[in-house]
Amino acid sequence: MRASWILPGRPFSAGQRPFACVPTWVLVCLLAALFAQWAVKSRHSPESPAGAELAPPPGMTALRLASLGDPIPLAKLLTLHLQSFDHRAGNPLPYQSLDYRRLAGWLEQLLRLDPVGQYPLMLASRVYAEIPNEPKQRLMLELVYAEFLKDPGRRWPWLAHAAVIAKHRLKDLALARRYAAAIQQHATGEDVPLWARQMEAFILEDMNELETARLMIGGFIEKGMIKDEGELRFLEQRLQELERKAAVAK
Amino acid sequence: MALIEQKEIQTAVAAAVLRAAAAFLVAAFVITSLVREANDKVTELLLSQPVPRSAYFAGKFAGYALVGLALGFFFAVPLALFVPASRALVWGASLAFELLVVTAVSLFCVLSLTQTVPAFAATAGFYLLGRSIDAMRTIAADPIGGITGWTDIAVRWIVDAIAVLMPSLDRITLTAWLLEGPPPLAEVGALLVQTAIYVALIGAAALFDLHRKSF
Repeated sequence: MRASWILPGRPFSAGQRPFACVPTWVLVCLLAALFAQWAVKSRHSPESPAGAELAPPPGMTALRLASLGDPIPLAKLLTLHLQSFDHRAGNPLPYQSLDYRRLAGWLEQLLRLDPVGQYPLMLASRVYAEIPNEPKQRLMLELVYAEFLKDPGRRWPWLAHAAVIAKHRLKDLALARRYAAAIQQHATGEDVPLWARQMEAFILEDMNELETARLMIGGFIEKGMIKDEGELRFLEQRLQELERKAAVAK
Repeated sequence: MALIEQKEIQTAVAAAVLRAAAAFLVAAFVITSLVREANDKVTELLLSQPVPRSAYFAGKFAGYALVGLALGFFFAVPLALFVPASRALVWGASLAFELLVVTAVSLFCVLSLTQTVPAFAATAGFYLLGRSIDAMRTIAADPIGGITGWTDIAVRWIVDAIAVLMPSLDRITLTAWLLEGPPPLAEVGALLVQTAIYVALIGAAALFDLHRKSF
């Protein structure tokens, strides 16, 4: 038999007695309790995670266990958690106040959980490396460099951005050249654009290493790596300019 | 398995399991026994007697509350193996009060919904919401993209309104009380007052519903 106090075949409202059946003291109690509950709850506001420190990243074993055999969803969720860490209500932490060593640890773990994912390196190069704090910027750029070497074909865009930051923000041409050289040496896939592989030559020019830059650009042209007519013309002009500058320098 | 903090790990895991198990047991007991009573027409028999419905409700609540209180203290006993007895006692008292809230909510749900599965689902939803509503308020108050329109403001108001009607279960029976020591007395007092108010609120709502119900 159906366990219901509402009689079968009758609408729900028919199972209700009129309001007058409710004793006044019950209504008074209900309203008083409701008011007291409102008064108590409105005094208490949720705790803000303001000033909370970024916890050290969990170990890989713990992460694998927590992922229940499917690490990618966990990696995605943790990436968003990390990204929003300083974005919570009332949290006054700007990015540069974060503990960057821990942050780098988190990013490394996320990349180990989901090696194909690009998000952690995007955060490292375009978010966390864009702060006005040189040591922390360098830490992030080094992370990008180290991770690039593990999968150059996929991760070169982030190292290219790291080279730009090193050149224009840090004004460290040697560092920018190291990154650009790594792209040229390791990112050899068909889909890596020529501008990324030519970065080193232009950085060399900025470093006033005209002869090396000239040789490098000449090498691109001689090897037939340039297919686009416009690009070929541009590089030839650049080569002539370098030769002229080198002659003046001598 | 653990290399350090073995006792802390055992305590935290045991406390979390005991807390959830106690809430489940009390809710299941209240709901199934009342549904069974209704199926056997015992409820109708009792209400046909010259006893006010409020007395019926008070009797039921008192009985279940005693079970909940006893269970709260009983479940704290195993924890006394890992932490000082005074901490386990405070934790157990807090669990007992949490179980009072679960008892009141289960009673309200089973009186309103009258069937086991809907009543249990509603109680479980209530319990989970009570434990996560403050986190939801935090998220609604400051979304990642910032408050960009009236929908964000409306969501914040709705979540705040729901929060007013929810007990702050995330602030009581904390594992930290076992590991780091009990909270200050003033905090315990405030939590007691809040629990009492919430039990009164749910009790009054259940009584209101019971008085309107036609058998």
